[in-house]
Amino acid sequence: MARALVILILIGPVIAGLIGVILPALGYFPAAGADQFSLEPILALFAWNGLASAIRLSITTGLFATALSCLIALGFTASMMASPWWRRVQSILGPLLAVPHAAAAFGMVFLIAPSGWIARALAPVMGWDRPPDLLIVNDPWGVALVLGLVIKEVPFLLLMIIAALPQADAPSRLKVSASLGYGPIAGWILAVLPAVYKQIRLPIYLVLAFSMSVVDVALILGPTTPNTIAVQVLKWMNDPDISLRGQAAAGAILQFGLIIVVILTMLVLERLMGGLGKWLITGGFRLALLEPFRGLLQCLGTTVFLTLLIGLCGLLMWSVAGFWAFPDLMPNSISLSNWARHSDGLLDRLGETAIIGFSAATIGLVVAVLYLESTRTLPNWTIFLPLIIPQVAFLPGVQILLLNMGLKGGLAVVIAAHMVFVLPYVILTLGGSYRAWNRDFARVGHALGASPSRVFWHIRLPMLLAPLVSAFAVGFAVSVGQYLPTLLIGGGRISTLTTEAVALASGGDRRAIAVFSVLQLLAALVPFVIALGLPMILWRNRRGMSHG
Amino acid sequence: MADGLGLSNVAIYRGETLLLSVDTQINRGEALTIMGPSGSGKSTLLSYITGSLDPAFKAEGGVTLDGENIDTKPAHLRQIGILFQDDLLFPHMSVGANLSFGLDRSIPRAERTDRINAALASVGLAGFFDRDPATLSGGQRARVSLMRTLLSNPKALLLDEPFSRLDQDLRQQVRELVFNHAKAQSLPVLLVTHDMDDAQAAGGAILRLDR
Repeated sequence: MARALVILILIGPVIAGLIGVILPALGYFPAAGADQFSLEPILALFAWNGLASAIRLSITTGLFATALSCLIALGFTASMMASPWWRRVQSILGPLLAVPHAAAAFGMVFLIAPSGWIARALAPVMGWDRPPDLLIVNDPWGVALVLGLVIKEVPFLLLMIIAALPQADAPSRLKVSASLGYGPIAGWILAVLPAVYKQIRLPIYLVLAFSMSVVDVALILGPTTPNTIAVQVLKWMNDPDISLRGQAAAGAILQFGLIIVVILTMLVLERLMGGLGKWLITGGFRLALLEPFRGLLQCLGTTVFLTLLIGLCGLLMWSVAGFWAFPDLMPNSISLSNWARHSDGLLDRLGETAIIGFSAATIGLVVAVLYLESTRTLPNWTIFLPLIIPQVAFLPGVQILLLNMGLKGGLAVVIAAHMVFVLPYVILTLGGSYRAWNRDFARVGHALGASPSRVFWHIRLPMLLAPLVSAFAVGFAVSVGQYLPTLLIGGGRISTLTTEAVALASGGDRRAIAVFSVLQLLAALVPFVIALGLPMILWRNRRGMSHG
Repeated sequence: MADGLGLSNVAIYRGETLLLSVDTQINRGEALTIMGPSGSGKSTLLSYITGSLDPAFKAEGGVTLDGENIDTKPAHLRQIGILFQDDLLFPHMSVGANLSFGLDRSIPRAERTDRINAALASVGLAGFFDRDPATLSGGQRARVSLMRTLLSNPKALLLDEPFSRLDQDLRQQVRELVFNHAKAQSLPVLLVTHDMDDAQAAGGAILRLDR
């Protein structure tokens, strides 16, 4: 039962959406009066003069962002695991993961733009009295886009690596390899990584597919003329001329195809790397030349964290900034007038964001618990599937299907669309603790005469309160961060803090962007704070519950 | 049929492999100890009796309690108490709430509190009602765990190596306490262990399993 429900929520929309893009890409689009198959949409896509560079951009940003994120996350783990800071790093990863991509990207803009903090800090040295005329943000090579992705993907990959570490039994492997003459980095690469990699493969593919097809970050940091494919698909989807949606659907399929090709290439690369690893191991290479890079690897990881955090501080500063001349590091005056000016819009958007997030996270939590209670489970890839298949590949199809069926997007449909992305994260967050719960507590409960439902409500759920509320918080944060599902499925009638902030990106009103982004950030983070605090308050007199 | 816990031709399998078979009757106030190495299926036998057999195992045979067949009843209606290696006190409840959890619903509130306080006092834990179980010593937790089981009014007591986590001096004490209480309530006791001292303290027949 629960399994069928999970499949329906996760796989249903993906398959419907893929069918929904294939038909209009082949010219079949009754809502636009086209009921004959034709190659026109595909030809129109190929006639778009930005196509070649869009394909190149999608591949390069995907590969560079993934490679860089993996390198930094793996390098940081290998170089930091022995350090006393490691536990503290782990404790901030959850909240960092909750930071919406759009907020992180705007933070990045406020940091690296020609008028950003870095340029202001350099101005006295460089003798700049106005922002240098450099195209740093929205650069045509997608460098800013890659960096903006890396600062969000590194915390995600770190969390996945940390989850995989216990099964890899890293400490004892490192001890053994150290006793055989391998340094910490070499030991990590040759003795720990092979075991860890198996479990982080799907997350890496997820990062790859996401980086190749991201829309909101690309709208903020990516190249403008020409766009990435994903952004162009969205533009065509939003065009008042609905016949352009065939072209958009063809673009969505192209995007999907590109991702499959790149993932297949990854499979080959993995084999090659595995072969290289075996060759190094059988050859007894100690890789001593890698050890001096330990400091560099630690620096890279720390830089990522700092960039993200300072960027968010920049958002906060702009949200309360009065007059702020270049190259001053701080605004002349600080006030809440930016907030007051946008208060109506902020409250409306916050309301919709909260209703959608609360509904999606609540339903997600209930379904996740039902699923984890049932004895039959699904293979891991089914949970990851809607995260790996790019949103831009199947959401247009869902919208086109709704359009063909004459349905208008509304709140309920948007919540259902958010569920597709909320549920996997809720299951992934909750699954570990839920399954690790000691079933002997249930046996004792039954032996004491408690029925299965009493054991569930009075023993299992209260004991799992902490993981349950954090799974809710993760689900809520995921929903808050959604851009494309809200925009495409809501049909423009639903507007959240995220869609509003991203819509402001092209306008360049920094103060407006900042207030919406800060509120978006708070909406994602406040449930996290509650998730940490609630169990501490409820179980303040129960020491045995402090590491539930 | 006799009073007490009866096992008629009970056999435990893992897949197709027979792990153990037992055919015995434990009368009220008597004890039976099953000894065997780990993996011999002795704990699995207890799971079968309590109705919580892991799906990886198969079992057959009849379980009777005071003459009544219970092997098809749901676990929570079998009235069989069990103590494990771990005390398994519910960490989110106070000591008193742990004891109250197993107490029959029909007992009114005032009487519940009285009975719990009396039970606590009988094992030297007077005034522990509101304590957090996590703040108790190992021996105190073992005693609370025993009283929780006894207050739930079981008709038989199963012991799954319940003393093996306690250190030597404490083990002696807790062992005596458990068997004295079981005898006082004339419960049939089924103990599985690999410690000869446990078996001797139980005082009943000993059944050895060989692999």
